[in-house]
Amino acid sequence: MDTNDLIRTLAADSDARERPVGNLLMVALVLAVPVSTALFLAGLGVRSDVMTAMRNPFFDLKFVITIALAAVAIAISLHLSRPEASLGRWAWLLAIPVGLLGIGMVSEMMMPQRAPWTARLIGSNSKVCLTAIPLLSLPLLVAALFALRRGAPSRPAVAGAFAGLVSAGLAATLYAAHCTDDSPMFVATWYTIAIGFVAAIGAFAGSRILRF
Amino acid sequence: MRGREDEWTDLMRSANAGDNAAYYRLLKAVTPVLRAGARRGLARAGQPVDQSEDIVQDILFAVHLKRHTWDTNAPFAPWLFAIARNKLIDALRRRGRRIFVNIDDFSETLAGAPVEESVPASEVTTHLNGLPKRQRDVLQSIAVDSASIKETAAKLSMTEGAVRVALHRGLTGLASKLRKE
Repeated sequence: MDTNDLIRTLAADSDARERPVGNLLMVALVLAVPVSTALFLAGLGVRSDVMTAMRNPFFDLKFVITIALAAVAIAISLHLSRPEASLGRWAWLLAIPVGLLGIGMVSEMMMPQRAPWTARLIGSNSKVCLTAIPLLSLPLLVAALFALRRGAPSRPAVAGAFAGLVSAGLAATLYAAHCTDDSPMFVATWYTIAIGFVAAIGAFAGSRILRF
Repeated sequence: MRGREDEWTDLMRSANAGDNAAYYRLLKAVTPVLRAGARRGLARAGQPVDQSEDIVQDILFAVHLKRHTWDTNAPFAPWLFAIARNKLIDALRRRGRRIFVNIDDFSETLAGAPVEESVPASEVTTHLNGLPKRQRDVLQSIAVDSASIKETAAKLSMTEGAVRVALHRGLTGLASKLRKE
């Protein structure tokens, strides 16, 4: 088949057009979120004192941070699904969740605390946190990578890492409703380790399956 | 050079709006530029330039199957050259070469005297035989025998819709075989 034949054939196929990657990613996440939520409710469940906890701004802040992380990571993954895109200044969007966490840590330090900072950092849920976030991420990561395969990232590993951040951000949002450690210090330590681990899995998977 | 790239962007916009003739003209227009860039990249890596046609076809497959990732409000050329660079790097890597892809291999090509010849490329033809029969028959009819979708449907006693589906699946299948190589 010479190249002129190929061009004619591709032109004959020009009515077949894929939908934008963003639409697909949304559909994939809408399908995967209930799966992770079901796993969460079956395995962990919402903490029993949730009504009281909601009046604690540090409990609420956990959701603001994890949702901000997921939203920013969705925007960056979609940007990176275009071949000519590079991370560049888009990486600065990550300053939003990181900044929110920083504000939380500073505000907590300025308040009188019942527990010493080491106790708040170590908390009582670190092992659950490190296991639950990656496990709850899995269905979401599979869905995100499946959708992003329709893209054409020039740096598949980086795109995969952001797919990991999307899924870990959403998984951490679920987990935050179970976790009784509300200190931003705990979040900055254990959530970050768990989320970083999922991002690494995403990068590894991405380097293999997001190549186009 | 500006004029040429603006023209590509306009053609791609028309193509996205359903103008199949514009799409054909666009692919025709970019191919000599892609070929010259692929030759330049192969030469730099110390590879025989006669393999350039496989790379050109690989790029055209990717352009076709990934064109929904082009942002209609952005210029077309940077998107095209990013795909072309990726495919050139892949091709050189498969040949076990150290990679020296110059960022300008494609974009600096002068419009003056690009190589125009279209020679048969071996890779696509080889993989054609690995496709399911239906898809192979449809591709054979459209690509090699130059039949239209309508003629192919009549010849193979299929509906035009089924021909279109087989054609698209066949092209997707060929592209993934090229990638896995």
